[in-house]
Amino acid sequence: MQKTMENKAIICRELTKEFGDFKAVDRISFEVNQGEIFGFLGANGAGKTTAMRILCGLSYPSSGEATVAGFDVYKQQEQIKKNIGYMSQKFSLYDNLTTLENIEFYGGVYGLSRPEIKERSAQLVHTLGLEKEVKKLVGDLPLGWKQKLAFSVAIFHRPKIVFLDEPTGGVDPITRRQFWDMIYEAAASGITVFVTTHYMDEAEYCHRISVMVDGRVEAIDSPANLKARFHTDSMDEVFYQLARGAKRTAD
Amino acid sequence: MKCFTNWPVVPKEPPIDMKLLFVFIRKEFYHVFRDRRTLLILFGLPIVQIILFGYALSSEVKNIGIAIQDNAHDIHTAQITEKIQSSSYFKLQPAVSNYADIEQQFKNGSIKCALVFPVNFGADLLRTGGAQIQLIADASDPNTATTLTNYLQSIINSYQQQLNPNAKISYEIIPETRQLYNEEQNGSLNFVPGVIALIFMIVSTALTSVAVVREKELGTMEILLVSPLKPVMVLIAKAIPYLVLSLINFVVILVLSVFLLKVEIKGSVALLFAESILFIITCLALGLLISNVTASQQTAMLISMMGMMLPTLILTGFMFPLENMPVLFQLISHVIPSRYYYIIIKNVMLKGLGFGYVWKETLVLAFMTVSLLAIALRKFKTRLA
Repeated sequence: MQKTMENKAIICRELTKEFGDFKAVDRISFEVNQGEIFGFLGANGAGKTTAMRILCGLSYPSSGEATVAGFDVYKQQEQIKKNIGYMSQKFSLYDNLTTLENIEFYGGVYGLSRPEIKERSAQLVHTLGLEKEVKKLVGDLPLGWKQKLAFSVAIFHRPKIVFLDEPTGGVDPITRRQFWDMIYEAAASGITVFVTTHYMDEAEYCHRISVMVDGRVEAIDSPANLKARFHTDSMDEVFYQLARGAKRTAD
Repeated sequence: MKCFTNWPVVPKEPPIDMKLLFVFIRKEFYHVFRDRRTLLILFGLPIVQIILFGYALSSEVKNIGIAIQDNAHDIHTAQITEKIQSSSYFKLQPAVSNYADIEQQFKNGSIKCALVFPVNFGADLLRTGGAQIQLIADASDPNTATTLTNYLQSIINSYQQQLNPNAKISYEIIPETRQLYNEEQNGSLNFVPGVIALIFMIVSTALTSVAVVREKELGTMEILLVSPLKPVMVLIAKAIPYLVLSLINFVVILVLSVFLLKVEIKGSVALLFAESILFIITCLALGLLISNVTASQQTAMLISMMGMMLPTLILTGFMFPLENMPVLFQLISHVIPSRYYYIIIKNVMLKGLGFGYVWKETLVLAFMTVSLLAIALRKFKTRLA
């Protein structure tokens, strides 16, 4: 993996977000390389969502610095938004729009031209094997298809970074496995993947992971190194050892 | 034309991207036309409302059951009975012979009023020059009871005049009444403006708020916020389809009112449209505001219905006269936008008045609209930060 400064997709330095006296995010610092699959772990209420909202250009930090795709989180939110993709655990597609209409809509929102949308959607439908489903309403698709479609839509405009917020909730293990194949493909094509998850087997799929506890990043390394450091062979144990010191209760 | 080639080309993004807006609005129309529930509310409701208010909920009195207990059986009672029978207001039930029967019929609802002639009705009338007659009405609905007794009294009075055609009263005052703006006493006139206000409240306020909240529930709003779309754009794109649909509804209601209910539009149709667009925007702003403070479709619907529709129904004066309400309610009615719209529409449509007579109400409505829009936009933005 390249680790030159020019290839950093995300850089955080002492990033802090306070709500009154409460430090939701407490001076976190980390870097994510281009094309890396970065797992962003933490118990509920550890501050993951708050940090992610800042990185997505949805909220301003209280102090510290951060750049996403080379753009400043204070001054260049619009630029950040253009260069990232986002997918949430709800898969966020319109149920009463067809597969193709959903793709066209999101393509339009990101300002793609009609020929671009046409070409890419044909390609996408072919890759996903959704030829028979293009005219079907998304509400009638099985959950696994929706998830794949949601991910494809999130990277449809070829963003530099894609943020995945617990993208595999409620999906069976086989579908989850297939979904991670898609993530690997995206990463191989140069898209940086920033993913939160509660599944420790998924954490193993990441190149590097960070574990947040009470608003702070307590550990950041590759899954193998973390396991060695905590003298265990399961990520579950690593996570448990780090998170059990947490004072905050889940929100 | 001269070319200014030395001007630097600044690629400046317009605040509202028309192409993007079109993509967004098309999506909103897909939502509307594919959701049966929405469609039903949108186009079923106005038609049902118009027909319901026009025919079923009529306050006019017609074909009311009446029982007559005739203890005299003479020429006079027969003639009065015939007069009542021939009137379209009453429907004569089989004659009764005692009070118990009358009471029984009141109880089972077959009659709403009764008339009792005493034994010597005709004889008294001729001999003493005065006879008594008893009118009984079901006053569980006081308005109808009053109307019925008035009708009966006038029937009796007219028979009395028929008896003494030569009787001359020395000083007679003959009131000549005119029912202004509605000479034929068409009951539809009063409620049509009210129904229009009500429909706008439902279509624009309730449906818009539900449409925005649905995106929150689905999680698609999150995606839109993360995208480069501007918040203003999201609001405009949500509002425009419902503005268009509301206007279509307005036309449907007007057409139904004119051709089905025989309501005559006396004022300027252009002014009606302009005022309606203003009021629709008020409703849209309200809907957007509601959607900002609620998280579920049910809550949004409930707030729109309870908080917006009920006041429109009760506090605009189209169902119940505002003047009769307690002062507190009269005060509350001043902050209800539909009250002003109702006055405007009534004045323009039914009285044929011009803008000169409704500018005050228009101003109030415009002020409300601008403030509501400002608050809705502000709330939407703060939620983003």
